[in-house]
Amino acid sequence: MYLYDAIDQSLVDQRVEQFRDQVGRRLTGALSEDEFKPLRLMNGLYLQLHAYMLRVAIPYGTLSSNQMRKLAHIADAYDKGYGHFTTRQNLQYNWPTLEQTPDILAELATVQMHAMQTSGNCIRNVTADQYAGVAADEVADPRIVAEVIRQWSTLHPEFSFLPRKFKLAITGSVRDRAAVRVHDIGIVIKRNDEGEIGYQVIVGGGLGRTPVIGVNLREFLPERHLLSYLEAILRVYNQAGRRDNKYKARIKILVRETGTAEFIRLVEAEWEQIRDSAVELPRGEYERIAAFFAPPAYEILSRNDGGFARHRLEDRDFASWARTNVAPHKQPGYAIANITLKPEGGIPGDATSQQMDAMASLADRFSFSEIRVTHEQNLVLPHVRQADLHGLWQTLKRYDLAAPNLGLISDIIACPGMDYCSLATARSIPLAQDISKHFADLERQHHIGELKLKISGCINACGHHHVGHIGILGVDKRGEEYYQITLGGSADEAPSIGKIIGPAIPYDKVVDAIETLTETYLAIRVGDERFVDTVRRAGLDPFKQALYADP
Amino acid sequence: MPILKNGAVIDDPWIVIADDQPLLVSRPIIVSLARWIAGREILQRRNGLVGVRLRSDELAEDIAADLDHLSLVAIEFPAIGDGRGYTTGRLLRERYGFSGELRAVGPLVRDVFLFLHRCGFDAIEARDAVEAAAWPQAVGAITVAYQNAADHGAPRLRRRDYSPAAAVEHNGRS
Repeated sequence: MYLYDAIDQSLVDQRVEQFRDQVGRRLTGALSEDEFKPLRLMNGLYLQLHAYMLRVAIPYGTLSSNQMRKLAHIADAYDKGYGHFTTRQNLQYNWPTLEQTPDILAELATVQMHAMQTSGNCIRNVTADQYAGVAADEVADPRIVAEVIRQWSTLHPEFSFLPRKFKLAITGSVRDRAAVRVHDIGIVIKRNDEGEIGYQVIVGGGLGRTPVIGVNLREFLPERHLLSYLEAILRVYNQAGRRDNKYKARIKILVRETGTAEFIRLVEAEWEQIRDSAVELPRGEYERIAAFFAPPAYEILSRNDGGFARHRLEDRDFASWARTNVAPHKQPGYAIANITLKPEGGIPGDATSQQMDAMASLADRFSFSEIRVTHEQNLVLPHVRQADLHGLWQTLKRYDLAAPNLGLISDIIACPGMDYCSLATARSIPLAQDISKHFADLERQHHIGELKLKISGCINACGHHHVGHIGILGVDKRGEEYYQITLGGSADEAPSIGKIIGPAIPYDKVVDAIETLTETYLAIRVGDERFVDTVRRAGLDPFKQALYADP
Repeated sequence: MPILKNGAVIDDPWIVIADDQPLLVSRPIIVSLARWIAGREILQRRNGLVGVRLRSDELAEDIAADLDHLSLVAIEFPAIGDGRGYTTGRLLRERYGFSGELRAVGPLVRDVFLFLHRCGFDAIEARDAVEAAAWPQAVGAITVAYQNAADHGAPRLRRRDYSPAAAVEHNGRS
């Protein structure tokens, strides 16, 4: 993991004191709420329905066990004993007070954490593949670039007041687990025929009111030009992006209104002016950062552990968990263990302080003290010996953290919705809980197979419903909660935006509708087609008929 | 509103001339970009310094060719969230080599002083005397920086230094 040096630490410490001063001025009235709002947002502090909400940055989803313990401590000392992991790989506290926020930030700074740029119209906390550095299918480790971008974008003096928020995501694998094609900028690390590293740069993707798959700006940008190229894109956006309407202010609208070819020309023209300038990252700095991401001291093990195989044969429940929640690791004898925060009937992404402490201890025991957060609101222990998986699983069970459902229908993404959010038009969490309970039968979930179900409580699409195999969007119809269902979305390397299947349905009919959709799929699927494959092959009609034919 | 120049409140010698007002003889005046473009010849012949004021949607390249004739460029920041002027400031300093006064027109609060300073602004229209007096704390609030901007080389801010002289220090760091 990256560790702060004196420069990094000074910046975070000074930022805490700067924010303490801003909060102090707000409390005395020297700053009006209008003046304070952009300042607090740049430091992750929202005003929600019932209270302030503080969003803590977990850069590219990487956490140490000590950092996790600190998050647990803060949940107990300043909040209600839990936190919520988000689709940006961050953590939200839902009940802090304005007065205590600076103290929370000071606590975070002691473990090299902060809340900078987790909201506001700036370059947001960067996200990456949660299997970075350990995936068997990886071309290059995205954490190095992610850390470079974290530093470059932090308190960037030119790009702190953009037309709208700006999100970057990075993957180093062909399999896209970071949804890079639905971000303002997506980066895919590639290797060319000469074996050199470079970046595919995708721009203008996004969800929200106007879902768009990003377009390719560059197929292969040489490694050394990353920062000048990003600076060129941001500069074009900062000056040309629309500021007259916040719903048309994202870079995707600029790309569309300018035209892709013309937008590329503008970026390339700006880039020509600044490439090879002092903007570029010095090679020495790249290497300094890269050194932090060297692999941990793995043991030399055989490729397949006999004990792991035996436990799977002898223990059906363990086998079921291993089947969904364990992924192949590049190091022989090791595995990637996923901890889904989606227990039956639970709130997607929530973890109690006790669970956080337990996962920190498990990371110390089994995973070189490292934890990852995924954009699907789950956690990962990235380096577990196969031989330790059974012991790990037994402990996870004790803390209600062993739900064997990664990628299945109950592994739901849901935004906070009307239970917390002031923008929401409908509830998301109770619906996720109802669906989770309805599909509790694990055998049935496995029978249905991979199914990404995503719920947003309003058009802003924080729950990524546009890219759900099944997407559910909450809308307000004359004061009643209704839900619009989309099918066929996907955020992976073959991305697609889901299509609306028909009129929205009321809250109490949604679970039945999902039941009908899955039954229809099971009736018409061919071979081992996933749900999304069937939708793509057969189209919406069979689902539409099943859902709307009977009055 | 108080004007900060290089961190100190000054008596502002500049007078803003509205588009429908007559030009003043031999006083330093600031005119709009439209007025400058329409009356460039008259303004250049006139005795006295001239500055141009850009709206936030007017860009550095709109004035780049005329910078030799100007002693000041003022850039409007109509709201804290309108950040176009940061780019305009950097381009005037770094790309077009403007060395006259670069003024951020507000009213502006202390919380953006450091960003402005780093983007090359040497003059700021502060919201009031209290904000103006906060300049030293505001600009000293964060003493390190991760990225180059128009201020590189400024003593208070530094990016990681990879010059050979610094190599010894960095190699000694784990």
